[in-house]
Amino acid sequence: MTVLVLTLIILVGAYVAGLVGSLTGLGGGVVIIPLLSILLHVNIHYAIGASLVSVIATSSGSAAAYVKEGITNMRLGMFLEIATTSGAITGAVMAKYLPVQYIAILFGVVLIFSAAMSLIKRAEYIERKKSKPAEMLKLNGTYPSNGEHIAYNVTNVGGGFVMMIFAGAMSGLLGIGSGALKVVAMDGIMRVPFKVSTTTSNFMIGVTAAASAVVYLQRGYIDPGLAMPVVIGVLLGAFTGSKILVHSQSKKLKYFFAIVVTILAVQMIYKGISGTL
Amino acid sequence: MKKDTEQLEGDRDIQLFIGSLLRWGVLLSMAVVIFGGIVYLYRHGQTTIDYSQFKGEPSLTTRFVDIIDGAFAFRGRAIIQVGIILLIATPIARVLTSAIGFIAEKDYLYVAITLIVLAIIMVSMLGGFGG
Repeated sequence: MTVLVLTLIILVGAYVAGLVGSLTGLGGGVVIIPLLSILLHVNIHYAIGASLVSVIATSSGSAAAYVKEGITNMRLGMFLEIATTSGAITGAVMAKYLPVQYIAILFGVVLIFSAAMSLIKRAEYIERKKSKPAEMLKLNGTYPSNGEHIAYNVTNVGGGFVMMIFAGAMSGLLGIGSGALKVVAMDGIMRVPFKVSTTTSNFMIGVTAAASAVVYLQRGYIDPGLAMPVVIGVLLGAFTGSKILVHSQSKKLKYFFAIVVTILAVQMIYKGISGTL
Repeated sequence: MKKDTEQLEGDRDIQLFIGSLLRWGVLLSMAVVIFGGIVYLYRHGQTTIDYSQFKGEPSLTTRFVDIIDGAFAFRGRAIIQVGIILLIATPIARVLTSAIGFIAEKDYLYVAITLIVLAIIMVSMLGGFGG
């Protein structure tokens, strides 16, 4: 295939990936990797490298909007970035030694988990219990809702920190934002209200991805010819998605995309097991 | 109580600044990537390419010094890579800005936490994990 044709195909594919990623909350990375590796037979290392770059772009782009709204808990994000960045380096190092088949299988598993998580309805929960480490680290905060500031506490800091190391490692190994795992850490373990956890997790994704991207770049996983259409397409798709999201929150659409993503994930796992990647 | 509101005000300024920093970082890097992409497609658009095997990358797109040299020599792939480096630098610049913000607030615990994050990124960058 010529460079021009391939670039145009990837541009369109990445736009769709960014759009679907934004509408489902899965992120563009988890959708673009199977698109590249299954449909276009791109080597998974190149696919992961290009995806990771697009993750930085979408995370930074949307964080810019969120931060100004004052919902993001910057101290919580900053503190947990110690965990995610050190996890990310570990993941980026592992990517070199783990056989491609295992990476594909692991990717499929994380993708199915993320798709399932995107369907779970998250209830707004405000933790009232005070926790010593959270107070010491000044992690408790407030967020604006309907013109008033709602105070919340953060709990189980240690557990959340460990989960974030894992989330960072998956991000560095698979080239994704691993938003679903960050939600588990913040909503599930640390009991952060979901508005805060969504924006704070997104805020952390950029720097987490940057920590492993510097390794990827030196190792040659980031091919400019691939990364260029991927990052442009995903960013534009995510931007379109954020505009649509305000208007429609269709349940059917969410289920439809979750099924599509699961089919892609199963194919990744199958290709990994059969060794045809 | 007064101290609390002061801290909140300070946080607000940093948040607004960080918001702009992230937005402009993404816009600038995208502009460079698109420009490099046009140069690359103009020169190599008709070349046949195959990404099915991982072959690594030449130093033109992996070594910082060679990327900069290549960009000045108007090589499309090197220019795209400069855009990508700017993109990677955007969240790192955000961490640096937070550090300055915490210094201004005299929140030394968070100055330390921010510096730890920066140190981890430096280790990743210079630790020779790329080989």
